[in-house]
Amino acid sequence: MASLLEVSGLTAAYGATQVLHGVSFEIPAGQITAVLGANGAGKTTTLRAVCQTVRTGGSVRFEGRELVGTATENVVRLGVAHVPDGRGTFTALSVEENLLLGAYVRRDRPRVAEDIERMYTRFPRLKERRQQQAGTLSGGEQQMLAISRALMLRPKLLLLDEPSFGLAPKIVAEIFRILRTINAEDGVSMLLVEQNAHLALGLAQHAYLLETGRVALSGRSETLMADEAVRRVYLGY
Amino acid sequence: MDGFLHQVFAGLANGCIYGSVALALVMIFQATHHLNFAQGEMATFSTFVAWALIQQGWPYWGAFCATVAVSFLAGLVIQRVILRPVERAPVLTNVNVFIGLLLIFNALSGWLFDHTVKSFPSPFAQESFLKSRFFSAHEMGSFLVMMAVLLALYAFFRFTSLGLAMRAAAQNPDSARLVGIRVSWMLAVGWGLAAAIGAVAGMMVAPVVFLDPNMMAGILLYGFASALLGGVDNPFGAVIGGLIVGVLENLLGAYVIGTELKLTVALVLIVGTLTLMPAGLFGKRLVTRV
Amino acid sequence: MSGAGTVVTAGRRSPLFWLGIAAAVVLLCVLPFLVKNYRVFQFNLVLVYAIAILGLNILTGFNGQISLGHGAFYAVGAYAAAILMDRAGMPYWATLPIAGALCFCFGFLVGFPALRLGGHYLAVATLALALAVPQLLKYKLIEAWTGGVQGIVLNKPEPPFTFRFLGQPFNADRWLYFFTLAVVVLMFWLAWNLLHGRVGRALIAIRDHPIAAGAMGINLPVFKSLTFGVSAAFTGVAGALGANVIAFVSPDSFTVNLSIFLLVGMVVGGLASIPGAFFGAMFIQFVPNIADEISKSAPAAIYGLLLIVLMYLMPTGVMGLVRTLWLRRQEPAVAAAVPASSNAMTKET
Repeated sequence: MASLLEVSGLTAAYGATQVLHGVSFEIPAGQITAVLGANGAGKTTTLRAVCQTVRTGGSVRFEGRELVGTATENVVRLGVAHVPDGRGTFTALSVEENLLLGAYVRRDRPRVAEDIERMYTRFPRLKERRQQQAGTLSGGEQQMLAISRALMLRPKLLLLDEPSFGLAPKIVAEIFRILRTINAEDGVSMLLVEQNAHLALGLAQHAYLLETGRVALSGRSETLMADEAVRRVYLGY
Repeated sequence: MDGFLHQVFAGLANGCIYGSVALALVMIFQATHHLNFAQGEMATFSTFVAWALIQQGWPYWGAFCATVAVSFLAGLVIQRVILRPVERAPVLTNVNVFIGLLLIFNALSGWLFDHTVKSFPSPFAQESFLKSRFFSAHEMGSFLVMMAVLLALYAFFRFTSLGLAMRAAAQNPDSARLVGIRVSWMLAVGWGLAAAIGAVAGMMVAPVVFLDPNMMAGILLYGFASALLGGVDNPFGAVIGGLIVGVLENLLGAYVIGTELKLTVALVLIVGTLTLMPAGLFGKRLVTRV
Repeated sequence: MSGAGTVVTAGRRSPLFWLGIAAAVVLLCVLPFLVKNYRVFQFNLVLVYAIAILGLNILTGFNGQISLGHGAFYAVGAYAAAILMDRAGMPYWATLPIAGALCFCFGFLVGFPALRLGGHYLAVATLALALAVPQLLKYKLIEAWTGGVQGIVLNKPEPPFTFRFLGQPFNADRWLYFFTLAVVVLMFWLAWNLLHGRVGRALIAIRDHPIAAGAMGINLPVFKSLTFGVSAAFTGVAGALGANVIAFVSPDSFTVNLSIFLLVGMVVGGLASIPGAFFGAMFIQFVPNIADEISKSAPAAIYGLLLIVLMYLMPTGVMGLVRTLWLRRQEPAVAAAVPASSNAMTKET
């Protein structure tokens, strides 16, 4: 299977604190890959490293192209969409304006309008609130908006940072169901960071386990789910 | 009664100027979330440039358009070259840079064009159809020009993709980058637009108060007050704020307190209003989740 | 050696450290006799501005409330001292605490409407205050007290005893130098105590996370208004001192430029830094002279240019740079990837 994303020897630091100590992994195209780990393991930093919103060392190759040293705006233009932790919605703008912004780099106007309608079909709640200020939406709705905005790019790779964070289980289930559909129907590859290992392993086909800035374990989800140590430490049974 | 109306209309005429300056300030604020303290001096310098062109024999509207274009470019360049290094620096560091710019432009105006007071022509002939009982031709003309600028800006921000991108970049630069917006350039365009608007305001003011390096100093403060009164994120509010401040200033000076303390009382009233309505009269009270 | 539970300092102070302190003290005492009168006068102004900037820093650097109007408090302190000395015959040293108390009340009152305003709104509101004060000082109704446009001329306080040292007389300026130095030491000591205890932590908490601070039981309105008051008091004392150093007050001495320069000085020195006030004061006192020497025709342009360049080199001020370099010395192996701005005056939304 072709590798969409190849990361090797990735290092990153925030000021004086080194967070990633040489992370290496690969993401196959068309699949969902999960990055698991406890708080502070470096999961969010890994995603930020892919989008180059943090200074990194090492190598990140997307479709064979080196991303390290590229500006975030240009990484986006290559087809990488990031749903950051905290959603990152433009809270002062309306729902519709948020979606329009997701398609900012696209040149095909008529299809953008089509895509907005598709988002509304997928997330009816957003349609109800299309002119509403995004900051007044509930947590779950903001997450749906953040994901929709990222999808408006028609990305090849979707980066998701803790989409389940702070949401009720029912909403989370709904969102994950939609993510599975998006992956299956539109072929969007996904790199999913989650603290909730059970959820993540249920959705993804592959997974990597980060511990203090290094990859500790990797493999197919079924394998990891069956692994004794993983189950005890991260799945709780 | 006639005297009162006269004061009101004179105030509205002044208010147009304050509103234009406020518009430029709101422009930069919408794009960068900074208040540009150098706005007045930049506008004065632009007006001097226009004056120089007219002295060289250029027709008025030719000089006007050239000045606006040059000011746009200058604003853009200033942001890219001078402000970019401190883009990620704290707010007050940026404020210091604005103060530095203010001093530089003020000194340049004096040095290149000397300190003698100059007259600046108005494009609106005194006896034209614009003149009415309460407004001179120039006052009416300035008002129409400002309205045109305002509508153009509104349309730009509301209906164009670039305008939306600029608003996004100002509110949330990190998220803006994640959708591919080149945030740095958005800031630069914002500065360019503000400089252009400032140039227009300067050229509308100069015929009335005459041109010298300190022309805009007092007006700038009223511009700030107008922008805040109207809600610093709202272009329409800026203009209405300007009109209110203009009328208030005149009425206070004529009927309440005399010209000495006019400034003080006007400002006290504005601050008082802001205390009661912290987002200004028309500002959006943004709801944020904690 | 320090045992468990005691506060750990950066290693035992070596004898060299104390020697350095002693040498500095000796230098400070001898300095006024090494230079001409005019320089001593300039040093006095630096000390005065240092106190004023410290006051502003308490409010803006430590507590996050922007003030573009501290010149107003300076002016009130100066005029209070002038009126008390000239019209009421009070001795100069007694005017300082009174000016301080008066400005504390004034600042506290200003603090109330300030509670509702934040960020840019507060900045412009305080700017309006700075502009209003010179106008008010010229107002005819209170001319009998303020001396109107002409202001009040004062006599410099005479030194309690005279002598000659290194060929220079111990005159009024030199006496004021030591007096001002003593006040500086007192004020800085007060500020240090205030800001390094519970109060200081509360101020910083309010600056960085007002909602969380309130939720933890810090009474925001009271604290913020008190901070305004204390900040104004410091600057007011500086104003009273300044009136003595210059021996003259007039409305045009306290235009908005003063407020702007105090702000500039604070940022140049470093926000939320006590020693930074000295660097800021030196900048605003001496750089205009330097600019004058470089260009007679447009000194303000040179000043502006120097200011901008300084902001490029030290965006967090002199003390900010010192802190960064100190941190780098501690951990040389780690590259500074993200600029760690230690204060919270980052972009407000």
